[in-house]
Amino acid sequence: MIRYLIQFGIILFVCFLGDLLQSSLNIPVPGNIIGMLLLLILLLTGLLKMSMIEDVSNFMLKHLSFFFIPAAVGLLTCFSVLEGKWTELMFISVFSTFIIALVTGMTVQLLMKRRKAGE
Amino acid sequence: MSELASMFVESPVFGIGISLLAFYAGSLVYKRTASPLMNPLVLSMLMIIALLLAFHISFDDYNRGGRFISFFLGPATVILAVPLYRKISLLKENAVPILAGIGLGSAAGIASIILMCRLFNLDELVSVSMIPKSVTTPIGIEISGQLGGMPSITVAAIVFTGVTGVLLGPMVCRLFGIEDKVAIGVAIGTSSHALGTTKAVELGETEGAMSGLAIGIAGLVTVFLAPVLAELLM
Repeated sequence: MIRYLIQFGIILFVCFLGDLLQSSLNIPVPGNIIGMLLLLILLLTGLLKMSMIEDVSNFMLKHLSFFFIPAAVGLLTCFSVLEGKWTELMFISVFSTFIIALVTGMTVQLLMKRRKAGE
Repeated sequence: MSELASMFVESPVFGIGISLLAFYAGSLVYKRTASPLMNPLVLSMLMIIALLLAFHISFDDYNRGGRFISFFLGPATVILAVPLYRKISLLKENAVPILAGIGLGSAAGIASIILMCRLFNLDELVSVSMIPKSVTTPIGIEISGQLGGMPSITVAAIVFTGVTGVLLGPMVCRLFGIEDKVAIGVAIGTSSHALGTTKAVELGETEGAMSGLAIGIAGLVTVFLAPVLAELLM
């Protein structure tokens, strides 16, 4: 239990550093994203060992969608904004997913083929 | 409402309690059915919204407890570096195809969303909320807030994308002759984040790993692409 608390403390500290960097350097990227990049750099450089945050990260990642519940329930407050737009929004969701899968898949496949042909 | 009941509703215990209970129930249903449609987050959301509407409880009452849960969105975003770090070695061999695919795919996705929102005459608030709908939820919430959108709309669109993407991603690959395993994995992870990845894992080891790698990269790429494309196209 203590180990989990220490690990969570480290992650909170990285969060705080991200916010601090964001506000002091006025970077137009959300602080938590800067925190994520910071944690990635810390892990890649070995300044932070995976074992120092592993248990609490695994626990949170396993149940990640629990933390989105209040944001999802907040949809309740958007009903008036969304009135009469549900069909359009569902169409946009599905169609853009289609575009992303198609363009991404085609690009990767094409470049992989070229690379193999070049070898 | 009796005094005791209103006291309960006004305490943070209410929001936290029903969230835990709904998520527990949702997870049980998901385990029993093993269907992507029975997603625990979707079920929790529907149960709680139905409860709040049925008993005329305001979102603000619920969120007195809910905001304690939302506090964890920060750490939840930061720890996305962990799965990305674990998979980043997969980039070494095919960095250029993977990064180019995710970059182009995400850009095309954002552009298509903005253009369709204009076509349907949707207001700016709704449109910017839709922009990050294919990335993983914590990053999508961040981008939505950054662009001045409503993160709740973004979450709903993200979950809808994930649930439909489970079917759509593999279908697109089959229909358009995308057979390369790396390409299939990256396409699924970029278009439908962690929910799509559950399907990619079923397709095979390479597909699953590549899909998992694509979640984090697509999220980061979208953080930087979204404001630029929104500025250009809106």
